[in-house]
Amino acid sequence: MTTHDTPPIHPAWLRATHWLNALAVAILATSGWRIYDAAPLFDFRIASGVTLGGWLGGAILWHFAAMWLLAANGLVYLLCNAATGRFARRFLPLSPRAVLADLVAALRGRLPHADPRRYNALQRAAYLLVIGDALLLVLSGLVLWKSVQFPLLRELLGGYEAARRVHFLAMAALLAFVAFHLAMVALVPRTLRAMILGR
Amino acid sequence: MIRKFPRKPALDGDAVVRKALRRIELPSRRRFLRRSLTLGGLSLLAGCSIVDEDSAERALMKVSRFNDRVQAWLFDPARLAPTYPESMITRPFPFNAYYGEDEIRRVDAASYRLEVGGRVAERRAWTLAELRRLPQADQVTRHICVEGWSAIGKWGGVPFSVFLARIGADTSAKYVGFKCADDYYTSIDMATALHPQTLLALSYDGQPLPPRYGFPMKLRVPTKLGYKNPKHIQAIFVTNAYPGGYWEDQGYNWFGGS
Repeated sequence: MTTHDTPPIHPAWLRATHWLNALAVAILATSGWRIYDAAPLFDFRIASGVTLGGWLGGAILWHFAAMWLLAANGLVYLLCNAATGRFARRFLPLSPRAVLADLVAALRGRLPHADPRRYNALQRAAYLLVIGDALLLVLSGLVLWKSVQFPLLRELLGGYEAARRVHFLAMAALLAFVAFHLAMVALVPRTLRAMILGR
Repeated sequence: MIRKFPRKPALDGDAVVRKALRRIELPSRRRFLRRSLTLGGLSLLAGCSIVDEDSAERALMKVSRFNDRVQAWLFDPARLAPTYPESMITRPFPFNAYYGEDEIRRVDAASYRLEVGGRVAERRAWTLAELRRLPQADQVTRHICVEGWSAIGKWGGVPFSVFLARIGADTSAKYVGFKCADDYYTSIDMATALHPQTLLALSYDGQPLPPRYGFPMKLRVPTKLGYKNPKHIQAIFVTNAYPGGYWEDQGYNWFGGS
């Protein structure tokens, strides 16, 4: 039984940045789909009912407002992680071997998650990957927004048109993570409680 | 495939009627913006009265004005948009406007006069021949549409900074505004107006600018999105009073830079 003397599983700054990030991602994804529909890159459209903004101009207003929330909140998250040492504690060490071992264990239904303070190697890998993916979304988004002003970034991503694809695929990867993340929360509901109340 | 913008009703009447109609349409456009912002998703928030539509729109427009300032700050007057070999030109280059190709305006070359006004020393009209006698430059650059697609084209014409110098423009003014024969209007910041790649384009791909690309003259701004590249320009004015624009007044970001 934990008492209130033990530190929370998730500190307040982490819970706050988590939920602000969820809000930013929800706005950015749904408004981004509406922008996508203005000139679809691939052979499909996204149903307008699930998009935000009502028309292209409205969607862009939402997208270019929520980008500040995502970026500022993400920066706070990374800085707090670095300053408190949480990043190293929670995500390291991480080896491909450990990821593979935990993947095998998970597929056999034998991956323990008794201690919510300790991430297994699969969780570490997934969270680190999604942080990297969010970073890629921000960088490719910068190229789409200001392709002339960020020439190095533009060329690194293969040019404006390539950046459109990178941005879309990084969005798809992020949403794949979200789907998996929500499924895991449904399987282990006390993780939701911990992310709201801290314990 | 390219244009999906809402259409204005087709008008054949004279300019006075068109102007009057535009004034009538404006309030409905505002309503359109407000309504559309709440559709499909804002209900998440508005549905439980955390925010109402008006304050959401006002807040979003405030962020858009903030984004104007960020872009003005990011804008490097010396940084050039990438240029491409002619082999990379997109053929055919897409047509794009707030109306369909069947409504492309025909401007008569002989009677065409470019009006110049506002904070300029020399407020006289220019003929097409006079414009063609000014120093010319060309560029193969990427046109990026607010919708996301892009296409590479070749434009030639008078560097806008040269033209602004000829008319004795007050380059300390904030804005340059444009009024067009297709009733389009927009405006840009002075720093972009003076950018070396900003052109008063008179030609496309080595030929006089065809009607579909804005005959007799369009503004080519490779550092801005397509809607900041007005076609069929009839009047240019230099001002400190924010002139807005056709799309900008409906909610598109004013700076619209890339």
